[in-house]
Amino acid sequence: MSGQIILETRALTVGYLNKAVVSDISFQLHQGEILTLIGPNGAGKSTILKTITSELPCLSGEILLHGKQILSLTASEIAKQIAVLFTERISTERMTCFDVAAAGRYPYTGLLGLLSETDRAIVRDALQAVGMLSLADRDFRKISDGQRQSIMLARALAQQPDLLLLDEPTSYLDIGRKLDILTFLRSYVKEHQIAVIQSLHELDLAQKFSDLILCINGHHTVEAGTPEEIFQGDRISEIFAIQSGSYNPLFGSAEPIAVSGEPKVFVIGGGGSGIPLYRALYRAGIPFAAGVIHENDLDYPVCSALAVKVISEKPFEPISDDACQQAVRMIKTCETVICSNQTFGPMNAKNKYLCEYAEQCGKQKSTWK
Amino acid sequence: MEKRKSGRIYIGFFVLLLSAVFFFLLSLTVGTSRISVSETVQILIQHPADSAASKIIWDIRMPRVLSAMILGGALSVAGYLLQSFFRNPIAGPFVLGISSGSKLCVALVMILALQHGIMLHSAVMIAAAFAGALLCMLTILLFTGKVRHMAQLIISGVMIGYICNALTDFIVTFADDANIVNLHNWSRGSFSGANWTDVRDMTIIIIPAMAGAFLLSKPISAYLLGEGYARSMGVSIFRFRVLLIALSTLLAACVTAFAGPVSFVGIAVPHLVKALFRTAKPIIIIPAAFIGGSVFCMVSDLLARMLFAPQELSVSTVTAVFGAPVVIFVMLRRNQERSAT
Repeated sequence: MSGQIILETRALTVGYLNKAVVSDISFQLHQGEILTLIGPNGAGKSTILKTITSELPCLSGEILLHGKQILSLTASEIAKQIAVLFTERISTERMTCFDVAAAGRYPYTGLLGLLSETDRAIVRDALQAVGMLSLADRDFRKISDGQRQSIMLARALAQQPDLLLLDEPTSYLDIGRKLDILTFLRSYVKEHQIAVIQSLHELDLAQKFSDLILCINGHHTVEAGTPEEIFQGDRISEIFAIQSGSYNPLFGSAEPIAVSGEPKVFVIGGGGSGIPLYRALYRAGIPFAAGVIHENDLDYPVCSALAVKVISEKPFEPISDDACQQAVRMIKTCETVICSNQTFGPMNAKNKYLCEYAEQCGKQKSTWK
Repeated sequence: MEKRKSGRIYIGFFVLLLSAVFFFLLSLTVGTSRISVSETVQILIQHPADSAASKIIWDIRMPRVLSAMILGGALSVAGYLLQSFFRNPIAGPFVLGISSGSKLCVALVMILALQHGIMLHSAVMIAAAFAGALLCMLTILLFTGKVRHMAQLIISGVMIGYICNALTDFIVTFADDANIVNLHNWSRGSFSGANWTDVRDMTIIIIPAMAGAFLLSKPISAYLLGEGYARSMGVSIFRFRVLLIALSTLLAACVTAFAGPVSFVGIAVPHLVKALFRTAKPIIIIPAAFIGGSVFCMVSDLLARMLFAPQELSVSTVTAVFGAPVVIFVMLRRNQERSAT
């Protein structure tokens, strides 16, 4: 895991013209690691990236590239070690994909920028690595967004950097291409012992593909940690100041706020069978309750986000009498009871009883309509 | 693929050079006083000092053709540099009002000098043109600031051009009759009346400026991907931009100082050359645009002289007729591309 340190920041403050945006950023990034910046829009993700590329001055603190102060390096020395990929699309004129990728050789070519055979081979390797060699002679304007992004990544790789800076590399891409690019980066950094700093909007992907997460909240304070440390409990909801819903870090899923009011429908679910119903009820704007759901049930994260009330049971315990009594009371007050789950075992035997009880009351229906 | 591409580049340069030689000789031969081709060749080789035909060719036509070549080349390279700088395909010294700015300053200096009976050295003219061009350029940079919206840039340029032209007209109205004749010819754009001293002076300025532009082709190629990428690859953006502005303004100003404002060469030629070579690589396009601009201006000058001889058209009239459709074509093609993606 821990190879050499490629980039280190010490109490770094970034911002514009003496107006600090984020301060006290400290992290160490080793060979083979991916660091992902997450945080709400405007929190300062791009500001941090721009400061590392020296586009913005660092207001205080230090940035060390391979242990050397980045300020002491020339633009050309930095260009041989750091390559970037921006979010903004570029517009080209009469440039083939090879030409675009070959631009990455800039720091290595002579006065007139002519490519040597070695340069050409490196560019071809970079195109090959991202699987775009077959497009080398195509016009850059006439390929898809995803392909363009891959070509721009090849350009960055052709620069042979030790550190890749990617500003939202997955925006504009469909989910398949997002996974392609992140999976590629994951294996490329290991293989070539380089490091990546990227900003991502997709929290679920950030969690799954990063070694380190640098998380900037709306108040511009920063926390660094492993994905396991950052994606815990309600921290994401707090960092992003989520108000109209909640974020479940285990599944990387976002849920809206429950419809409020007295529950009109009671769902007896379990094993994931209730999820489509919870969603349908939410869409129809009907307040509902759910039960009895074990806390380790597939239904649980969804109904605890969407239901007014969830009657729950501890994991791996048979449903208690107490929970059952609560459910009976709920059935009495609700107009409709829907039993979505049809498989019963020792743990949820009481749910079968509840279904039968609802049937007797004449409230059991297959739909709420 | 690589071979086919470089083949196209060799052929492209061969075609350009061949047509440059052809039109150079044609321009020497064709004119109001008839001199046959064989006679021209003889005069060129033997250089007889006494004959009238020799005088016409060596002292009138030759400097005129040479200045059309040099200034035409300079103008189209200036256009290419401005297009790269603004990343705008229809930027050019004329459209951006830079030529008009030069014209205003030169007209001002000319009238002042003529009123005081001073003969103007071409260095003064160039300096005046450069000052005017730079003033317009800086105004445009100020207007457009960080936003480089295509339409905004062109509109500011055209408006600045109008203001400069209005001021020039204003000055001319109050100038002596004798001055106006001189000024009028020049302010419409023309290569006529160039002499060997002019050719020498423009060469002294334009050759180093061209060499500078050629040496900028590496950073220009990086800049074509955008400022951010250029910086990340080690281009010192501030220095690069200052150099690019200085060179393009100097080239455009030099043209205006000697030939007045010549329209559309700066836009049309780089696009034609890019189409011919099927590439936009600055290292190829900068020399190619120079030769292409030479050919374009020689042809335009030839037509300006010959179409309604002995009446002479301004060269801008001809360049506009051929250049403006290119601009329209470029815009239409860009629109198509945008709707296609």
